[in-house]
Amino acid sequence: MTALPPRPGHPAPRAPIDLLYSGTEDELRAAVRSLLADCCEPAAVLARAETGRPHDPQLWHTLAAGIGAAGLLVPEKLGGAGAGHREAAVVLEELGRAVAPVPYLTGSVLATEILLACACDGPEAADLVRELAVGRLVCVPALPLTLAPGAPLPAPLHDAGGGVLSGTVTSVADAVAADVLLVLADTGLHAVPADRAVLHPVVPLDLTRPLATVTLEAAAGTRLADPATARAAVAGALLSGAGLLASEQLGLAEWCLTETVAYLRGRHQFNRPVGSFQALKHRLAQLWLDVASARAAARAAADALATAAPDAPLTVAVAQAHCSGVAVRAAEECVQLHGGIGMTWEHPAHLYLKRAKADSLALGTAGHHRGLVADFAELPAP
Amino acid sequence: MTLDAADLLARTRDLLAAHPPGATAPADFLRARFDAGLAWVHYPQGLGGLGAPRTLQAVVDGELEAAGAPDNDPRRIGIGLGMAAPTILAYGTEEQKHRFLRPLWLGEEVWCQLFSEPGAGSDLAALGTRAVLDEEAGEWVVDGQKVWTSSAHTARWAILIARTDPTVPKHRGITYFLCDMHAPGVEVRPLRQITGEAEFNEVFLTGVRIPDAHRLGAVGEGWAVARTTLMNERVSIGGMRLPREGGMIAPVAAAWRERPGLRTHALHQRLLGLWVEAEVARLTGERLRQQLAAGQPGPEGSGMKLTFARLNQEISGLEVELLGEEGLVYEDWTMRRPETVDFTGRDAGYRYLRAKGNSIEGGTSEILLNIVAERVLGLPAEPRDDKDTPWKDLAR
Ligand SMILES: Cc1cc2nc3c(=O)[nH]c(=O)nc-3n(C[C@H](O)[C@H](O)[C@H](O)COP(=O)(O)OP(=O)(O)OC[C@H]3O[C@@H](n4cnc5c(N)ncnc54)[C@H](O)[C@@H]3O)c2cc1C
Repeated sequence: MTALPPRPGHPAPRAPIDLLYSGTEDELRAAVRSLLADCCEPAAVLARAETGRPHDPQLWHTLAAGIGAAGLLVPEKLGGAGAGHREAAVVLEELGRAVAPVPYLTGSVLATEILLACACDGPEAADLVRELAVGRLVCVPALPLTLAPGAPLPAPLHDAGGGVLSGTVTSVADAVAADVLLVLADTGLHAVPADRAVLHPVVPLDLTRPLATVTLEAAAGTRLADPATARAAVAGALLSGAGLLASEQLGLAEWCLTETVAYLRGRHQFNRPVGSFQALKHRLAQLWLDVASARAAARAAADALATAAPDAPLTVAVAQAHCSGVAVRAAEECVQLHGGIGMTWEHPAHLYLKRAKADSLALGTAGHHRGLVADFAELPAP
Repeated sequence: MTLDAADLLARTRDLLAAHPPGATAPADFLRARFDAGLAWVHYPQGLGGLGAPRTLQAVVDGELEAAGAPDNDPRRIGIGLGMAAPTILAYGTEEQKHRFLRPLWLGEEVWCQLFSEPGAGSDLAALGTRAVLDEEAGEWVVDGQKVWTSSAHTARWAILIARTDPTVPKHRGITYFLCDMHAPGVEVRPLRQITGEAEFNEVFLTGVRIPDAHRLGAVGEGWAVARTTLMNERVSIGGMRLPREGGMIAPVAAAWRERPGLRTHALHQRLLGLWVEAEVARLTGERLRQQLAAGQPGPEGSGMKLTFARLNQEISGLEVELLGEEGLVYEDWTMRRPETVDFTGRDAGYRYLRAKGNSIEGGTSEILLNIVAERVLGLPAEPRDDKDTPWKDLAR
């Protein structure tokens, strides 16, 4: 347990890293949590998911415009809250805790980051961001949810000239809730009104984050940025998205732990609370350790993104390599330790398991992120 | 007067100016540091401190480290610093505090911990070492056997718990003492361990006389005192600050980089997994430290020992495998009597073997998981039938 000196020539990371929550962040959390407690309890989420239209526009409106969550990453001069990744991460923790079916990760994080990076290229991107920031419209990137930072981008769609686009993108999350799609074409980034695209919803593993295949057949859009700017914007957004997804995973894992502990305290078998059996206590204690460490990893990623730290890509990769597994483990333990009730449709555990498993593929698997760690930490493969 | 960071920085600089580390004997510097109240800033004045907030220690330590000031070899005197000192501060008389804290901090007197016994490990409160008061002499007479006592061979003093009333339930009849390891009747026998060396000992106590003035806390209240010690033992590990890729992962990562011939795909996957876990553990420790500094202590401390024990074992195990044929070789099985646990200066085989103790010493991982489950998560305790039975009637 004794510290060894760091490797020579491998300086310690920038000194000030803030892993705690500020008072403002606590207030934001309280606001989001109370909204979700009122409008997004698991039974309602499930009922909505069964209709095939999981998104709740009313909830989204209150979250995005009422609380102002949609504009957290947007600077004030563009109509946003001028907050940052640390605050957005807190919102995502709460959304994960509620498996809330809202296009926050796709719209308020990924699309917003893409547009912000393109806003200097022309007024169109800036105008879209303004709308997005106040929750007046939903805009999501037409990219596969599995697309990871550091991975090659998919082949761009074809632009027949003047922004008339054709092609297909699979596994686009939240496209069904979108007003505008951000499309990566060979001529750059385009904004395409969603009603000009053909959407084929697929049956998603995660009932709370709908997926669709998006097909454009000579659909006209507005060009927002040139190809180089567009690619850089997408790469940056994927990094932020992956870093903040860790907070969603943290919130999800925390719900699973809390619910399971509560259940095992109340459930009696063999004339004692099931939670007094050591085999279960040790599993829950281990899960608690996992959640505590996921919190540190997720906060580090959010802080590194917020401060544009030079080691942000490494910190994000570490968070993703760690938090995906924790969320899946927590959800799996939640199902198992609830026994028969955990296998039922009516108990919400399955919503969490499905979200956790889908999240473990979203924005790069843990294995992909470990590969990135290998690069950043200079631990090359054989 | 409450001191702030600026005051402490100024005092630290005054100390450095009056006793330039380069031109001062290390022992003299340490003495001056203690007397300036910069040893433990949160301790009272006159006892090595200034009554400042505990969190400001980092300001002093950082400044002294940067100036190349000598330290008091905290690893050699870890039990004294981490366990004896906070317990003496909390429960000691003024006389005891003044007698013991200064030499302890200076490293002039090494301490050991006479807690575990052959029949009382995890169930420490079951201990059977007896202490009987000789009222005329005002001394306690102690008989019993302790075991796994780290550093007993170098220690001048020991914290000791013994049974003073066998007729009450086990947690009640225990009393806490400060025991002179040079007293007649104290016999230390090396206990050789898995690494080949004897870092810990068996200690036999036969008619050892301890003056009542060396009792810590009230008679029969020793369990509460011991809990202070045990809490400090576990917390002292979580508070440690590591740089990225510090700790056990450093030598494996270095070997990986420097010796491409050792690499395989399977080892690469394991190394990356452990590198990530080590980084996350480092961040978790850092978050704990920030919580403490912000005065909002979280329960994470209870978990850090568990995490580090598991990681140290997995990482050192990987390292032995990574080294291939070299991993088959051990540096030296000669029986030695080390003064410290040396994770830095020794080879992978030693690290692998010594790390096995990390999940046993200071409370086993099983016991710590119970503590997390009950105290952090609020899960019910297992049914216990030993709570109200007098110690003498318990099965042994
Ligand atoms: C390197 C090293 C240094 C040490 N230094 C000191 C020292 O300086 N001073 C000192 O006083 N002691 C010292 N110890 C002793 C240490 O504190 C004990 O070994 C430890 O508390 C475990 O006690 P035990 O060895 O009697 O094991 P036991 O308590 O007999 O445990 C045996 C096994 O049973 C498990 N077990 C026991 N009770 C439970 C339970 N309720 N639930 C689940 N599992 C349980 C344990 O986890 C363990 O796996 C040292 C030990 C080591 C390894």
